[in-house]
Amino acid sequence: MTDATQSGPMLAADGTPLKKSLARSLRRRKLRALALIAPLLLFVMLSFVIPIVSMLMRSVENGIVAETLPLTVVELQNWDAEGGELPDEALYAAFIKDMIVAVEAKTHTRLGTRLNYEQTGMSSMFRKSGRNIKRLDPEADAPFKEKLIEIHDGWGDVETWRTIKTHAVPITNGYFLNAVDMRRTPEGAQAQPEDKQILIKLFGRTLMMSLIITGACILLAYPVSYLLATLPMRVSNLLMILVLLPFWTSLLVRTSAWKVMLQQQGVINETLVWLGLVADDARLVIINNQFGTIIAMTHILLPFMILPMYSVMQTIPPSYTRAAKSMGATNWTTFWRIYFPQSIPGIGAGSILVFILAIGYYITPEIVGGTKGVFISNRIAYHISSSLNWGLAAALGTILLAVVLLLYWCYDKIVGIDNVKLG
Amino acid sequence: MKVTITTLMASALAAVAGGAMAQEMTIVSWGGAYSKSQLKAYHEPYSEKTGITILNDDSSNEAVAKLRAMNEAGNITWDVVDVVASDAIRLCDEGLAMEIDHDTMLEPAPDGSPASEDFGELIVSDCYIPSIVYSTTFGYRTDLVGDNPPTEICAVFDLETYPGKRSLEKRPINNMEWALLCDGVAKDDVYDVLATPEGQDQALAKLDTIKDSVVWWSAGADTPQLLADGEVVMGSTYNGRLFSVIEEQNQPVAMLWDAQVFDIDGWIIPAGLDEERKQRALDYLRFATDTQRLADQAKYISYGPARASSAPLVGQHAELGIDMAPHMPTDPENAKNTFLYNYEFWADYRDDIDAKFQAWLAQ
Repeated sequence: MTDATQSGPMLAADGTPLKKSLARSLRRRKLRALALIAPLLLFVMLSFVIPIVSMLMRSVENGIVAETLPLTVVELQNWDAEGGELPDEALYAAFIKDMIVAVEAKTHTRLGTRLNYEQTGMSSMFRKSGRNIKRLDPEADAPFKEKLIEIHDGWGDVETWRTIKTHAVPITNGYFLNAVDMRRTPEGAQAQPEDKQILIKLFGRTLMMSLIITGACILLAYPVSYLLATLPMRVSNLLMILVLLPFWTSLLVRTSAWKVMLQQQGVINETLVWLGLVADDARLVIINNQFGTIIAMTHILLPFMILPMYSVMQTIPPSYTRAAKSMGATNWTTFWRIYFPQSIPGIGAGSILVFILAIGYYITPEIVGGTKGVFISNRIAYHISSSLNWGLAAALGTILLAVVLLLYWCYDKIVGIDNVKLG
Repeated sequence: MKVTITTLMASALAAVAGGAMAQEMTIVSWGGAYSKSQLKAYHEPYSEKTGITILNDDSSNEAVAKLRAMNEAGNITWDVVDVVASDAIRLCDEGLAMEIDHDTMLEPAPDGSPASEDFGELIVSDCYIPSIVYSTTFGYRTDLVGDNPPTEICAVFDLETYPGKRSLEKRPINNMEWALLCDGVAKDDVYDVLATPEGQDQALAKLDTIKDSVVWWSAGADTPQLLADGEVVMGSTYNGRLFSVIEEQNQPVAMLWDAQVFDIDGWIIPAGLDEERKQRALDYLRFATDTQRLADQAKYISYGPARASSAPLVGQHAELGIDMAPHMPTDPENAKNTFLYNYEFWADYRDDIDAKFQAWLAQ
């Protein structure tokens, strides 16, 4: 009877309310789980998230102008860039003061490199002028306007000062504009001259060719995976090794092997000429173009399609197809209505893997792509290691990342990410 | 925060490595036959002399980008870096390489003249110690050109006399100059013309006449392979690569030295090394860039020593036993018509012209 009168919350053995006690033990378990994944989380944060975010930040960072020329930037605010008149003596004096400090710290050439991305000639102008400005005294040698123009006539060009003013902002959209074939000018964003437009085209080509490669992978991988999943274990294991062997071979070796196969004096052409199918002076051009890139990349990415497809197909019970056939379905109907729908999650998983890998490829296109088969990643690599325009490289990378995320979102809306299975 | 963590880790590592570090230095170069020639001519004798272990890192290709990243992370792991002249100028511009006083830090020539005179105008940057002169030039298949082997650069643009593919580097540098030369521009005017948009269009228009017959390369090993396989009838690459195709692999290939473009390869010391490492790097470079050592390198690879005083000492190939002097790009017979890579020009115009060039390629 005592139980019935006690209408309060249910108590645990030690007298605390059961709900509270349960929550506490759940929290403890959650903390333990968190502690278990903490090393991984920390590792991913330090080695993946932070570097990527800091790299992406470079696409808008532009503190270098204001840091190197602080006094000049202030003076530039008072100067009318549209007037077509050169700045007055005050600005030149401020510029000399800034430059003397910058030359001492050797940051003026770095600024020259930065501004050279915007106006050709800035790099040598800063380097050459630095040597002479070092000898000037900020008090005794005034006025500077004439002297500076004598050192380099670029300082007597209104365009020079307009460029510095345009790019003096600490956070810039300039790199992103460059990444979509536009540029930041005093009059606002404008299109690049036509003979320098290339990046939009490369983005389009990268997406298009990645889709083609994904499609080719689906077509080639489906029958192979089907065989692997339905053949007896002994045979399918052997076939599996054939799939995995190239997967374990170095990327460069496989790409170079395609070079030997596809070039005009290569294996395929030689064979076709020997068979008389192709005239000796009309050998096929199947490398150093888009075709070469598609062939080599399809081959390299094929295992990424086969493996998820295979593991999904293995889980499809053969009794379903037998049941369909026993009820009078033709082979085609059985496949199309029963088998194929169940294998779609494998296609989905494989396609996402292959597409995302393909979109960032650059070694293979560089080697077999010639001029028409290169991807946007090749330009990113160029700007990272050759031109050192890391801001532009970061902007291109950010756009590529955004495009992938957008496509992923579309995929989720259309197909549904729940329909993706790796086995 | 990233910087502090990296520095902490670096100092921890340094503390652990401690004594071992003192006897090691990391030298960065290009790998392959070139690194081998440096190993034989510089590293091995130096290690023998001093007991210092030299670690090789074949990263010269990305040296500028990597040094910039190391500098930002505050942890420089390289002691001496081999780079081409244009990269040395950029590293110096960015403050990533140490300034060198050539006369006090390097050995004088055997006749006593100071190093800066011995190297002469090859010292293109205050941070740079040149070691070799190489050239970018053409090789052609002797069996594919009939009885009329090409003798001058414009054969590259002559599809009628020399049908077949050519390989050119996938960048504007050198190609634009050659195109203008063969389009009637005088040698002295090439860079003035190339500085104008019209001149750039003119060069691209000339390249357009052979565009369909060009295989574009991006690695120095491409042209030798294409020549050896008979894919191309002629192609540009570094002269040392052609030497090995011709003399070491005995392929039916010959050199077309006309209008070869000289470039320099040499050393820089990264800025920001501690005093001990800096002294060690300088000691190594004093040894490795003296007159005899530079001449020794030419025993292993066909690049010309950067010191004037080394030229008379160039001997025979260490394995093939052939005289190396006639294979040097600087040999008077080969150097009748040459170009020196215009560093100043390309430092300014490289981004601008490269954008145009790539857009033209993609058309």
